[in-house]
Amino acid sequence: MAQARDGLAKGDFTSVELTQAHIAALEASRELNAFVTETPEQALEAAKASDARRVSSNSGGGEAGSMEGLPIAIKDLFCTEGVLTTASSHILDGFTPQYESTVTANLWRAGAVMLGKTNLDEFAMGSATVTSYYGPTVNPWRRSGDDKKLVPGGSSGGSAAVVAARAALGATGTDTGGSIRQPASFCGIVGIKPTYGRCSRWGIVAFASSLDQAGPMTRTVRDGAIMLGAMAGHDARDSTSADREVPDFEAALEKGVKGLKVGIPEEYQMKGMSPELLALWDQGKAWLTAAGAEMVPVSLPHTKYALPTYYIVAPAEASSNLARYDGVRYGLREEGETLQEMYENTRGEGFGAEVTRRVLIGTYVLSAGYYDAYYLKAQKLRTLISRDFREAFDKVDVLLTPTAPSPAFAIGEKMDDPIAMYLNDVFTVPASLAGLPAASIPAGLSGDGLPLGLQLIARPFDEETMFRAARAVEDAAAFDAEPTLMAGDGS
Amino acid sequence: MTMLQGNTGDWEMVIGLEVHAQVISEAKLFSGAATAFGAEPNTQVSLVDAAMPGMLPVINRVAVEQAVRTGLGLKAEINLVSVFDRKNYFYPDLPQGYQISQFPKPIVGQGTLILDLAGGETREVGITRIHLEQDAGKSLHDQHPSNTFIDLNRSGVTLMEIVSEPDMRTPEEAGAYLHKLRSILRYLGTCDGNMEQGSLRCDANVSVRRPGDELGTRCEIKNVNSIRFVQQAIDYEARRQIELIEEGGTVDQETRLFDSGNGTTRSMRSKEEAHDYRYFPDPDLLPLEISQGFVEEIRASLPELPDAKKERFVSDYGLGTEDAGLLTAERATADFYEKVAKGRDPKLACNWVTGELFGVLNKSGLGIGDSPVSAAALGGLIDLIADGTLSGRLAKDVFEAMAETGKEASVVVEEKGLKQVSDSGAIEAEVDKVLQAYADKVAEYKGGKDKLFGFFVGQVMKATGGKANPGVVNEVLKKKLGG
Repeated sequence: MAQARDGLAKGDFTSVELTQAHIAALEASRELNAFVTETPEQALEAAKASDARRVSSNSGGGEAGSMEGLPIAIKDLFCTEGVLTTASSHILDGFTPQYESTVTANLWRAGAVMLGKTNLDEFAMGSATVTSYYGPTVNPWRRSGDDKKLVPGGSSGGSAAVVAARAALGATGTDTGGSIRQPASFCGIVGIKPTYGRCSRWGIVAFASSLDQAGPMTRTVRDGAIMLGAMAGHDARDSTSADREVPDFEAALEKGVKGLKVGIPEEYQMKGMSPELLALWDQGKAWLTAAGAEMVPVSLPHTKYALPTYYIVAPAEASSNLARYDGVRYGLREEGETLQEMYENTRGEGFGAEVTRRVLIGTYVLSAGYYDAYYLKAQKLRTLISRDFREAFDKVDVLLTPTAPSPAFAIGEKMDDPIAMYLNDVFTVPASLAGLPAASIPAGLSGDGLPLGLQLIARPFDEETMFRAARAVEDAAAFDAEPTLMAGDGS
Repeated sequence: MTMLQGNTGDWEMVIGLEVHAQVISEAKLFSGAATAFGAEPNTQVSLVDAAMPGMLPVINRVAVEQAVRTGLGLKAEINLVSVFDRKNYFYPDLPQGYQISQFPKPIVGQGTLILDLAGGETREVGITRIHLEQDAGKSLHDQHPSNTFIDLNRSGVTLMEIVSEPDMRTPEEAGAYLHKLRSILRYLGTCDGNMEQGSLRCDANVSVRRPGDELGTRCEIKNVNSIRFVQQAIDYEARRQIELIEEGGTVDQETRLFDSGNGTTRSMRSKEEAHDYRYFPDPDLLPLEISQGFVEEIRASLPELPDAKKERFVSDYGLGTEDAGLLTAERATADFYEKVAKGRDPKLACNWVTGELFGVLNKSGLGIGDSPVSAAALGGLIDLIADGTLSGRLAKDVFEAMAETGKEASVVVEEKGLKQVSDSGAIEAEVDKVLQAYADKVAEYKGGKDKLFGFFVGQVMKATGGKANPGVVNEVLKKKLGG
């Protein structure tokens, strides 16, 4: 992305040319089923407009945006004016918003060009992009010597796959419990979940409001910094959006990690972790040590409660957030003899199994008689988990952990065991509960040739330190492995 | 204390009221959409009110100010931190599938309201709490043979739910509570109090018990849309419960609907069928924090409220408590009265306002704001009485003409020649004529029939078209008859 930006600035190629190349790449990568909706015509129009802006800015008329002319993909959870928005759910059939989400509006203002809307787990509920009404997305990577189709992770699996396959320079994701970081790890790209409140949630289809955060998915840390800078910012229309200046993330990148204290949470060393993952983690520590940082063991004692806490809080909020999909005003309606029947038919038909499961769990934990035992207790644990991090950050500047407990698995695996599926998020969920910025950086390959990521977690609104450490890991890892399916050349 | 007489002895009613008051504000509680009453269906709806995907609520500062203002007006504690919760249930006119309300942490805590009862008596009723919440839309069932239409204009409009303690004991007290609450809300400018348009809606909780016993099981009567109906519904409901218990039954806790057609209540849903609203803090909104300074600023801007005004009318104008209560129930009436009373006899002013003026207004169904006689005009009339230009009787005629034509008192007097005649020469001439015409009666009077004096006065007044000054007539007659 940074390269393309410079190329456009120098006039080596135009946005139209760049966009055409990416449209060809996304056509070549259709077997991935990464897009719900492709928007090539709008993309070319936007590219043309961008080129015109650049010409005018070169002659002194206004400034080119920070992402001027760069073609990207948008997770189909962001409402886009005049473009079908599905959340990969049947229940939003035919829903075309008359409004643009704040984050995408910010990106278009920065000059970015939309290639299309990417596939996700239905309503972002999942860790493999297999619960989509539009079918699973396929990971562009294959195990060495095995052609079995693998999942891209989730829920932002479509975005991760298109970036990995070079069909887009970057993509937006959303992360509720790991939905940016885990697919980034599975697809060998950079995924960044900023601090809760850094990006506006206005116009993003809500899953769990107290956890949802938008973030960039890119091939490099620098691209992530550029793109997050364009996405972020205060929005008066989101009461949870932080009224803070957006720092120049790109400027923070090369500050190095010398003297930085890096915390290694002992509770993240879990039983049954694969030796290769442990080795990669050790490698990460060694890289950062070599770059001048100091490794400090820290304890986050309530880590083991994070997953159960998350699987109470998130479904509780989701059960309420998804109540609006009732067949009355938009999307799918399945008629019935009575109002009750219409509700049952619409929601029964419109929601898939995983969404139904979470709505039921959420309804249950909020019910009279269960609220205290589940929801209230989960809120208390959430407070304790946040306190763990606060205390750790008294001693260290950033935490280093693995992103996911395994590399990508095959489509069909773990499908009948929701608990095994939920374990994918074991390392990402705690930072989500605490609202902290976290990034996944591709750091190495598994024994069978699949990418593995390392995660960096920083203090609230200290994305700059997260970027510094991420850049150091990226630099040392020099990850240059390529997926099996390379639709574009990455220019 | 007023008891209800059952077949087996006395019963006491216990009444608590929940009032939903629509807050006066240009915009809705969490969206910028307008709130005009009676607009075309679905023209006052933002993306937030229609619960489009990804839409988020943002609190309207004015709504918060109005709730605080109301709380201060009810002498209630203001909670500097309050929390918005989601109350979850499915209904087509509730687009979000939940109502944003306040459950355990409302913005206003305990306060008090003073009832003005018959004969100038007063009684205190506790306010439990006031919280802010969104109104729902409206289901229109009469637009299509099989389908229901939805109008979302009201969806998201700000309501204050004002909850009383179960401190009332008679339907009349419940009525007095609503009158007083409405009066305070109007003084404060936080709710227009219009029950017909639904900007003030009342649910009544009613139970009965033997005097001195523990509280009985209560029933909640929903959405009664006039003060008279509230009293009727409570009375019916209490009698129903007494009859039930006296026949050996028990009262079930349930929600009941009032039928204004026949004045009865009927079961709507039992406790078992009650919704589980699954309240939880709305994650889209941070806890609402207000500063003491914000509260004090509002406190400083509060108008004089009915209780204080009433007290002042009693002490400054020497009015009775009942008259003072009548004059202060509406701010506009109180203002009108004070204009009339300024520089004049306050009791005379009170008599004219509560007597003739209220009579005309009641007859024509007008509010004080639309009075055909302005405060200045009524003051002018009273001045003409004070300076002897008009007698009390003539003044009433002049007032009637003023109410009909809207003219000033002096103009009416001039036009109709209604000016009182006080010139004793002219009156003497009339007296002489009367005494001449009724020489026989004069003889009777002189023979000791004193009662005939009134007859002579009447004849003189008749002869002068009522314009003669009655004092002067008396004087002249006494002189002539006594001579």
